[in-house]
Amino acid sequence: MIDALDQIFVAAKHRLMEPVPSRWQPLVSALLSIVPLLMVFPGLFALTTLLERKGLGRIQNRHGPNRVGPWGVLQPVADGLKTLTKENVVPRGAAPFIHFLAPVVLVIVSFLVYAVLPLGRNMVAVDLDAGVLFFFAVGTAAELAVFMAGWASRNKYSLLGAMRAIAQMISYEIPLILSAVTVVMVTGSLSTVRIVEAQAEYTGWIPHWFVMQPWGLAGFILFLISATAESNRSPFDLPEGESEIIAGYYIEYSGFKFALFFLAEYLGLFAVSGMAITLFLGGWHAPAPWLEFIPSWACFFVKLLALIALFIWGRGTLPRFRQDQLMEFSWKFMIPMALVNLVSAALWQLMDCGPERWLVSFLLIATPYLLLGRSLFERNQFFKRTYRFAG
Amino acid sequence: MSLLGGGILKGMFETARNFFGSYVSAQRLTTVPYPEERIPAKANARQFPFLVYDGDDSQAGLRCVACQICEKECPPKCISIIKSRDKRQDYKGQSQFYPATFDIDISVCMSCQICAEVCPFEAIKMDVEYELSTPDRFGGLWLHKAQLARSSRYYRQIHPQAAADSDGFMAAESSKARARVGASAAPVGLAPQPRHAE
Ligand code: SF4
Ligand code: SF4
Repeated sequence: MIDALDQIFVAAKHRLMEPVPSRWQPLVSALLSIVPLLMVFPGLFALTTLLERKGLGRIQNRHGPNRVGPWGVLQPVADGLKTLTKENVVPRGAAPFIHFLAPVVLVIVSFLVYAVLPLGRNMVAVDLDAGVLFFFAVGTAAELAVFMAGWASRNKYSLLGAMRAIAQMISYEIPLILSAVTVVMVTGSLSTVRIVEAQAEYTGWIPHWFVMQPWGLAGFILFLISATAESNRSPFDLPEGESEIIAGYYIEYSGFKFALFFLAEYLGLFAVSGMAITLFLGGWHAPAPWLEFIPSWACFFVKLLALIALFIWGRGTLPRFRQDQLMEFSWKFMIPMALVNLVSAALWQLMDCGPERWLVSFLLIATPYLLLGRSLFERNQFFKRTYRFAG
Repeated sequence: MSLLGGGILKGMFETARNFFGSYVSAQRLTTVPYPEERIPAKANARQFPFLVYDGDDSQAGLRCVACQICEKECPPKCISIIKSRDKRQDYKGQSQFYPATFDIDISVCMSCQICAEVCPFEAIKMDVEYELSTPDRFGGLWLHKAQLARSSRYYRQIHPQAAADSDGFMAAESSKARARVGASAAPVGLAPQPRHAE
């Protein structure tokens, strides 16, 4: 019974495949894997926009949207209808083809990365041997689409936004991948399915997730911060920077193309959260042995929603960085910490089990953290400003 | 020494408190859900001007004597008045013109209340009505005499204090005028005494 519920989607796919002639089987199988992804994640996007607006509202002691339907639950429908009926404006100076292509490329890229995410037991679209590599390689193509959008719009704000986005995404890609590499080193595999399998066991009630180990915790935090920056979310939303460059690279987009950018941004966020779950939070495994009756896909989505809530919470709390602070934080703190974390994970792997390796791994991360943190703090001492010409 | 990231945790704690607090205590949610609930009107609230009339006939009872002071003083020039050719009695029993047309373009009006301040006849006052949206943004916001007229009872209701002051001023003015008429039986000057600030 429990197994049946766990494998319900896999079984359903097999049932649907049975009457298909063998010649068509690969194609139908691929379709049956892709179509649910194309339905579930945009649905999650609609849900998240609502939850985000509600959550941010509550954080600021407001009600949030509460007009469309009971408690405002139909707000995403209203938003969708609105964007669909809006006029699609293309600036006269824009390069029409590239302007049209940019949101399409962005959405395709955002969907492609879902191919390697294991959403549950036996639930991965393609089990690539180099799944992690595929994820990051394809994910990087989003930068191309962003620059296409910024360049083709022929607008100075778009271009500025695109330049900021490129600078930011490239700077934060390094700590993102370096923190993911630790997991690859420890498991010795680039396949997402293998990585999830490596976190399957429990000691007592405690799961063997990588986040439970010193290097894993540090890697998880580094990964989350870089992921926020990669998906251009607050406090790293400089490429949009409403107060400075209005909406950044997608300022010249209207109607449903604008909605596509929005969709792609959230899809990127879900994908990178899904990767964080796969790498550090034990993928679809239940958090305790006595919770294993929960279907694996439900576990995955609960974790995903928890991470989304964390992102919304962060967005409601933190103000936006300045461009130089952003760069400084990446190059002077994130990347050194990611490199140190790499060494720490290597030592963890090489040393025998025992308290020494916990201590070594912990000290190797905590010392540079304190030192780097202190140096960053000392450089940012605030002082009272004096103005030469102000009376 | 403060730890790098400590401030973030503090901030996260604060926002979490706001988040949960807003579900527990209704006092935190200061937003008034407008169409269902309203904030009670403030004593000196003002939106757009209206013309005051006494008695029951909204046109014959208009206090305005078409002196056009408000038209000249209005900073964005959104009042336009055409004087009548004949005269009629005002509240002091004096013979006065009245406005043949009196239009205010409330899409231009900036609610400064200068018209009400300069009017020597207590004829134009500020309304508190703010739900004035209309599908016609030209004609619908170009209000004529008939739409602008409100009774003095309404004025007493929306601004009790200011209306009492205004009534007192008018009673004093008219008794002064009648006393002068009674004493000399000669016509008094058209221009009323300059008014002191309320
Ligand atoms: S309130 Fe000000 S702007 Fe409006 S009509 Fe009176 S004087 Fe003109
Ligand atoms: S100042 Fe008063 S009396 Fe004179 S025209 Fe304006 S509203 Fe009428």
